[in-house]
Amino acid sequence: MFHFKVVTDWIDEFLRTNLNEGWTLLIEFILIGVAILTVYAVLALLLIWLERKVCAFFQCRLGPTRVGPWGLLQSVADMIKILLKEIIHLNHVDPRLFRLASFLVIIASLCTFGAIPFDKGLHAVDFNIGVFYLLAVSSLGVVGILLAGWSSNSKYTMIGAMRSGAQLISYELSCGLSLLTIVMLSGTMQLSQIVELQADGWFIFKGGIPAIIAFVIYLIAGHAETNRGPFDLPEAESELTAGYHTEYSGIQFGFFYLAEYLNMFIIAAIAATMFLGGWMPLHTPWEGVNTIMDYIPPVIWFFGKTFFCVFLALWVRWAFPRLRIDQLLKLEWKILMPIGLVNILLMALWVLIFN
Amino acid sequence: MSPIINLIIFSCLGIAMLALSIMAITTKSLLRSATYLLMVLLCTAGFYLLLNYHFLAAVQVSVYAGGVVILFIFAIFLTTSKGEVLLKHQTRRYILGLLGIVAGIGLTAFVLFKHQFLYESNTSMVGDKEVSMSLIGQTLMGTDKYQYLLPFEVLSVLLLACIIGGILIARKK
Repeated sequence: MFHFKVVTDWIDEFLRTNLNEGWTLLIEFILIGVAILTVYAVLALLLIWLERKVCAFFQCRLGPTRVGPWGLLQSVADMIKILLKEIIHLNHVDPRLFRLASFLVIIASLCTFGAIPFDKGLHAVDFNIGVFYLLAVSSLGVVGILLAGWSSNSKYTMIGAMRSGAQLISYELSCGLSLLTIVMLSGTMQLSQIVELQADGWFIFKGGIPAIIAFVIYLIAGHAETNRGPFDLPEAESELTAGYHTEYSGIQFGFFYLAEYLNMFIIAAIAATMFLGGWMPLHTPWEGVNTIMDYIPPVIWFFGKTFFCVFLALWVRWAFPRLRIDQLLKLEWKILMPIGLVNILLMALWVLIFN
Repeated sequence: MSPIINLIIFSCLGIAMLALSIMAITTKSLLRSATYLLMVLLCTAGFYLLLNYHFLAAVQVSVYAGGVVILFIFAIFLTTSKGEVLLKHQTRRYILGLLGIVAGIGLTAFVLFKHQFLYESNTSMVGDKEVSMSLIGQTLMGTDKYQYLLPFEVLSVLLLACIIGGILIARKK
């Protein structure tokens, strides 16, 4: 198996032999920051193109076809357009909070993005408490959305922000509980450790029924966390124009747009890491199959699994109608959360019996 | 990390925290105050990260940023209309605040100079050890000496009482 650890270790050693510790750290911080930002932006472009293509597929259309082969350069053109657009200044808004809100949303998203293990050695933030860090940092985005809604001085944004706040806070619980189920099975919260432990079978297979229930709950709750349809009532376009980011324009709107797409990717990546083994290839009891699987590079495994989960999210968007706010909250508090709590008990029994 | 880098990061965080604290209490808008408070709390999380205490940093972010500040913001949304979100600054409050600050500085200085720090003689140990998550979990859930199951459960009962009280107040009819 080829791991990126070789490359990153080589860069680290090269810098350390030539410079002292302070400069090494500084250069590495900058390199990691630039790398993460680049991957973040490129993935956003790819996801926007993918969404348009998949949506078109579900609606029997063709989607973007004209710019570049298969319309691949369409989102690049859109990016250039959004960068050149004018930022409209509004009257009677709180300008400082208005500007800060879009940054808060994207910072929360970036911090979470940094903790995703793409491969061994391609993992910027690997804390002892990785899973907890993910949950903690992702909750920062809610503040950004609430501030955006309030500071825009508009009724649409305000209603959108209140809905979004209620929705995100509620569904965070189910997300946390389903991830906790897997933490119980693995016995560690460090994401790199969690991936390593899935070398002899992904957790969705090793955990049996409780793990499958947790996976389904995580997919539903995570999908609700990203504010995408059928849970897109914070920005229900038929009632609220565009919800909390109605008044934003130009690149400030672009930040919200970027964060929304990347949150979808992040949720899918966490699902892939916790349940489907992250970058770990599919390992079966048969030795021959394992060797063949090991020839596929781990990064491809990771992105394959993640884009499988992204595809599920896009599919769901066009398969179900939008929920009402009371149905949405009932689904969380009366259905998903009790199942999640019982599921934790089930997982405890599973761990006691089989491990 | 070398002491100089530590010092640079520490002073950056400290200056940011001081500036944001002052902004939080001098600004006139209630919501801006809450936002600056959020930043101060995030800086505190940064200090915990500097001490290699990742668990407490994550608790700080998730409890304060994810819980307390969002509750503040919701409360501000629900209780004040847009025109009212301005605070009045009175001289009497400034004087009382100054007295509070002096008392706080005095107390902190007293503790700092009186206390015998455990690692003072052995500086190599400072901040280089991370408490593992499993150790925290076992301490929190254990019943032996220096373990915290009973306080944990008592706190849970307290929170349960708060939840029931909240439902009673919020229930219609």
